Amino acid sequence: MSTPARTARRSNIRGGETASGWLFTAPMIILLGLFLVIPVLMALWVSFSDWNGRGSPFSGTVSFVGLDNYSALVGGGGLAEQDFGTALRNNAWYVLLVVPTQTMLSLLLAVLVNRQILRGRGFFRTAFYFPSVTSSVAITVLWLFLFSASGAVNKLLAFIGVNGPNWFNDPSGVLHNILGAFGVETGPAALTGNTFLGISFWEWLAGPSVAMSAFILMAVFTTSGTFMLLFIAALQNLSGDVVEAAMMDGANGWQRFWRVTLPQLRPTLFTVLTLGLIGAWQVFDQIYTGTQGGPGKTTLTPAYLSYQAAFTNQAWGQGAAIAFILFVIIVAFTLFQRALLAERKVSNRRMRPYLQSPTSGGSK
Amino acid sequence: MQRRNSRWLIGTGLAVAGALTLSACGSGSGFGGDTADSGEELTSDSTQGLNILIGSSGDAETASVNAAVAAWSETSGTDAKVSVASDLNQQLAQGFAAQKPADVFYLSTDALAGYASNGSLLAYGDDLANKDDFYPSLVSSFTYEGDFYCAPKDFSTLGLIINDDLWAQAGLTDADIPTTWDELAAVSKTLTTDSQVGLALGGEYARLGAFMAQAGGSLMSEDNTEVTANSAENVAGLEYAQTLLNDGVMSYASEIGAGWGGEAFGKQLSAMTIEGNWITGAMKSDFPDVNYTVAELPAGPEGQGTLQFTNCWGIAADSPNQAGALELVEQLTSKDAQLTFSEEFGPMPSIKSAAEDWKSANPTLVAFLDGADYAKGVPNVQGAADVTSDLNAQLESLKTGDAQAILDSVQKNLEALLK
Repeated sequence: MSTPARTARRSNIRGGETASGWLFTAPMIILLGLFLVIPVLMALWVSFSDWNGRGSPFSGTVSFVGLDNYSALVGGGGLAEQDFGTALRNNAWYVLLVVPTQTMLSLLLAVLVNRQILRGRGFFRTAFYFPSVTSSVAITVLWLFLFSASGAVNKLLAFIGVNGPNWFNDPSGVLHNILGAFGVETGPAALTGNTFLGISFWEWLAGPSVAMSAFILMAVFTTSGTFMLLFIAALQNLSGDVVEAAMMDGANGWQRFWRVTLPQLRPTLFTVLTLGLIGAWQVFDQIYTGTQGGPGKTTLTPAYLSYQAAFTNQAWGQGAAIAFILFVIIVAFTLFQRALLAERKVSNRRMRPYLQSPTSGGSK
Repeated sequence: MQRRNSRWLIGTGLAVAGALTLSACGSGSGFGGDTADSGEELTSDSTQGLNILIGSSGDAETASVNAAVAAWSETSGTDAKVSVASDLNQQLAQGFAAQKPADVFYLSTDALAGYASNGSLLAYGDDLANKDDFYPSLVSSFTYEGDFYCAPKDFSTLGLIINDDLWAQAGLTDADIPTTWDELAAVSKTLTTDSQVGLALGGEYARLGAFMAQAGGSLMSEDNTEVTANSAENVAGLEYAQTLLNDGVMSYASEIGAGWGGEAFGKQLSAMTIEGNWITGAMKSDFPDVNYTVAELPAGPEGQGTLQFTNCWGIAADSPNQAGALELVEQLTSKDAQLTFSEEFGPMPSIKSAAEDWKSANPTLVAFLDGADYAKGVPNVQGAADVTSDLNAQLESLKTGDAQAILDSVQKNLEALLK
C-alpha cells in the first residue's frame, strides 16, 4: 500500500465526518441561534438605541444613541442611576449571603445523607430536594404567609420571647439595625456625604433589608437541595481507597474531610458556586410575585428593574442596558472565582516534606 | 489550537451574519406602520374584528364587559372579542412591539405618557360625541401634551370609611363625623384602643396624597407642566399625617399586619380607613359582617381634597378599524353602559350626566361621587410612576423622616422628567 493513497482516503473519511458533524449539530445550532444568539444580539442593539417599544427595533425611526442608556444608569445623577444603584446594592448583599450559605449548607447536607450508617437516607434525600422541585412562585406565596406580621415564623419567635419583625414590610437594613442597637443611628459624614451610583456609602453598608433577609432564607431553603444533589453525585464518584489510605496514615474524620475529600470536590465546588452566583444575580420570580421591589425599594434587583424599566416605563433601551451590565457583572464574578479555585502548583514549602521523605526513609 | 480558533471565528462570523440577515427581514415590517396623528382620517377596515384587551378585577367585570361588547357587536355587525390580560402592561407592550396590538384596551394614567409619546396610541378624545360629558379633571388626566387621548372608562375617589359598630362603641354619633383635620385627629384618638388603631391606611402617595390635596397642594400643576412637589402646602399635609402617626392614632396597614387599608379595616384592626370605591367589593366578599359608613374626607386648611384614580379605553394607532373602535368606546362610555357596569362591578361613571342616577342607585356611597368636585389626579408625565414609587418608598419611613426633605427629592426627580 502506498502512502499517498492512504492519506487521500483518510482525508476523504475526515471530510465526510465534518459534514455529518455539522449536519447532526445543525438543529441545535439553528435553535440556539434563533432563540438565543439572535435575541441577545437584538437586545444588545436595543441597549444602544432609542427604541421605544413600538414596531420593530430595526425600523428607520429608531436611531443609534451610543452609550446614552448606559450613562444614564451609571452616571446620570437622576432617578435611573439611583434606582440602579439601589438594585445593585440589594442584590450584592443577597449574593454575598446566599451563595456561601447555600454552598456550605448543601455540602453539609450531602455529606450527612451520604453516610452509610444513616437510616432512611432515601427519605432525607427526597425531603431536602423537595423545595427545589417546587415552583418558586408557590414557595414565594408560602413564604409570604409564613413571614407575615402575624405569621407562623413570628408566632414561633414569640414563643421564645422574641418580638419578630414585620418581615416583608420592613425596609430597614439589618446592619443598620445592628449598629442602631449599639446606639449608632447615623453614619460618619465621610460615609453619608459621599455617594456611589446615586446612593451614599452609608446606604451601601445598610445590609440586606429585613424583607430581603426573608428572601435570602428562601433562596437558601430552595436551592440547597439542588446543589446537595450535585455534591452527592461527586461524593459517590470519589474512590474509597484514597480515604482509606488517609485513614491508614492516621488522619481523623475532620482532617479526612478538609484535606482529602474537599480538595477532590473542587470541580463540583466550582460548578455549584458558578450556578449559585448566576442564580443569585438573576433573582426575579420571587421579587415579581412577592414584593415588586418594595418595601422602600429594598428588594429591587437589577433583573426586576430591567423588566420594570422596559415593560412599565417603556424605557426599553435602559432595560436592555441593565440586562447587559448584569451580564458583565456575572461574567466578571465567574472569572474571578474561577481564578480563585484554579488548581495551583503545590508550593515548595508544602512540597518539602514529601520530597525529603524518600531520603529519610532510605537512610534508615 | 490555531486551527480551532479560526474555526470558532468562522462560526461566530456566520452566526452574526445570520443574525443580521434575519434582523433585516424583521425590519421590513417596521417600515410599514406609520404614526396616526389626530388630524388624519381614521382607519375603518370593518372586515377585521376588534380585539379588546382588559385587565379584569374578577368574573363580574369580565362577564359585564363581555355582555356590553357582545351587544355592540350585534347592533354594529362588527366582530369583537374580549380577552382578559393576566399582565396588561406586558401584553400591551408585546402587541405594540409586534405592531399587532389589541384595538381597544384598558389604559392606566401611569402608562398613558409612555405609549402616547411613542405614538402607539390614537388621540381620539376630541372625536368623541360625548366628549363634553366627562368630568374635566378626568379629561386632564388623559391629556398628554395638549391632546385628549382616550375616554375615561370610569373612576374612583378616596373617602373616609368608618366602622359603625366601633364608632358607636366609642360613644360617637353621626354628628361626630370629622369635617376638619382637628376633628379627624380627635376621633382617631377616641377610637384608638389596645386592640385597634383609630385610622389605618396604606403608606403610599395614593392615600397620603389626599392630605396634601386638603392642604391645597399637589405634586404637579393641573396641566402637568409645572412641578409643585415641595410646596409649603404639601409639606403641611405630610406633617399632619406624620403627627397622626407619631401620636399613635394612625398606622400604616402594613405596620399592623394587613396588606392594605381595606384589610386592616375589615379585620377590625382599625376603626377607620381611607380607601376608594373598590373597598365596597372587598367588604362584600371578604368581610360581609362589618357595617360601615362612607363619609367625605375631612377638609384641611385649604378646604376639601381627595385623589381620584381612573383608567381609560385606549385605542391603538395601529388598529385597522379605528372608526369601529371609536364607535365601540362611545357605546361603552354611554350613560346606560356605565350605569350597568357600575351596578355589576362597582366603579363610578366617568360622565356627569350619569351622576344623579348613580347617586340614587347608591345612596350609601354618595360621598365618593361628591369627591369628584374637588378630586385631584395623579401626575401623568412620562416616568412619573417611577417618581411616585420612589416617593412611596420614602413615605414608608415618614414617621421618622423629614417631610421637607422627602418632597425636595420628589421635586428634583419630577423636574428632571420635564427637561
